[in-house]
Amino acid sequence: MELKLLLIIAVYSIFIQNFVLTRFLGLCPFIGVSKKMSSAVGMGFAVIFVMTLASIVTWLVYNYFLDPSTSILKYFSSEGTAPDLTFLRTIAFILVIASLVQFIEMFIQKTSPSLYRALGIYLPLITTNCAVLGVALLNIEGNPSIGIEGKFTFIQSVVQGFSAGVGFLIILILISGLREKLELKEIPESLKGVPIAFITAGLMAIAFLGFSGLTL
Amino acid sequence: MEDKGLFKEFIKGIYKENPITALFLGLCPALAVTTSLINGLGMGLAATFVLLFSNIIVSSVKGIVPRKIRIPIYIVIIATFVTIVELIMAGFIPSLFRALGIYVPLIVVNCIILGRAEAFASKNSLGKSTIDALGMGVGFTIVLVFLGAVREILGDGKLLGHYLFGPEFEPVLLMILPPGAFILIGLILGTINWIEIRKNQKIFLKFKEKKLITTENPE
Repeated sequence: MELKLLLIIAVYSIFIQNFVLTRFLGLCPFIGVSKKMSSAVGMGFAVIFVMTLASIVTWLVYNYFLDPSTSILKYFSSEGTAPDLTFLRTIAFILVIASLVQFIEMFIQKTSPSLYRALGIYLPLITTNCAVLGVALLNIEGNPSIGIEGKFTFIQSVVQGFSAGVGFLIILILISGLREKLELKEIPESLKGVPIAFITAGLMAIAFLGFSGLTL
Repeated sequence: MEDKGLFKEFIKGIYKENPITALFLGLCPALAVTTSLINGLGMGLAATFVLLFSNIIVSSVKGIVPRKIRIPIYIVIIATFVTIVELIMAGFIPSLFRALGIYVPLIVVNCIILGRAEAFASKNSLGKSTIDALGMGVGFTIVLVFLGAVREILGDGKLLGHYLFGPEFEPVLLMILPPGAFILIGLILGTINWIEIRKNQKIFLKFKEKKLITTENPE
């Protein structure tokens, strides 16, 4: 039962509620990085990595410090109840993500220079990627369409973070492949470049709408 | 003279350096929340609020902030104002807050705000930064209101909640859904490109008339 729910979360995050084409998250790199397949793939893998780690750390911070029902701060207060700090989630999450990206960049730079050369330039861009903060927020908002009312459990959050990244990677690969082909085609002058990329994305979004009829 | 300079800073954010159509920043909320005019207007105003006050604070502290850690500091400043907006909205306009959903906290990663803080407010005076923020915010809001209006009229047959057409009108459901947003923004950007190309052609033809250029093809 538990495993089935995890698979459902994964399928939802990748296809039915795709982060880019359905939730509109991660559009800045979508336009900026998708001109060449190689840079798109690099960015995609970096995003999967950061989104999974960010899901883990933000869930821990929210669960043990912000959410009054499970916060460890209750052991420090005189009445035994923790303060409701959920309103601090925006500040806490973005600081966690910014620091995480900084540490990851330093770690990769020290341990694997070749990996750093491949991924390194995208990492600072990922801090402002709506998709990373978006998945952290979605982990605590729950998802009524799957039947999860409150915040996700730890494993569910990790699965959602990872799958959302995978969905993002798939879309990046698709759009960069299409854009590389579009470069060679005859397109009206006004539509060249970003406009035709958006229209293409719209057509892809129509295709992904087909998944919304999928009931699991 | 100072007034003219300030006015220029404001007006550039509306068209020439419009954050969405010229700089391609802030696209995530622009496409996500513009399912109706009110939602677009609400998001535009919220983002303008955060942009304005972040620019003011960043410009005020630009002398004290060490360069190496300036980005995290800007992020904290922006996140603080986003939290303020979240709480105000949740308290006073809960229906709008529910409609905008996770995109309200996502204002903190709206590239426009961090972008203007880094590119402009950290290097310019308080007055100029304020005007720049207002111009960018208004430009952003205008695009959002336009997107919201078009999507609501075509996709729902309504404007501001009032039905515009009779019951026989079949709305283009696609406009309210994600694909409609992508296609609409693509067409808008294409239209702006078309306007700019025509403008350049006109300037080129004028120069040619005055025999300042002799080549045949415009660049």
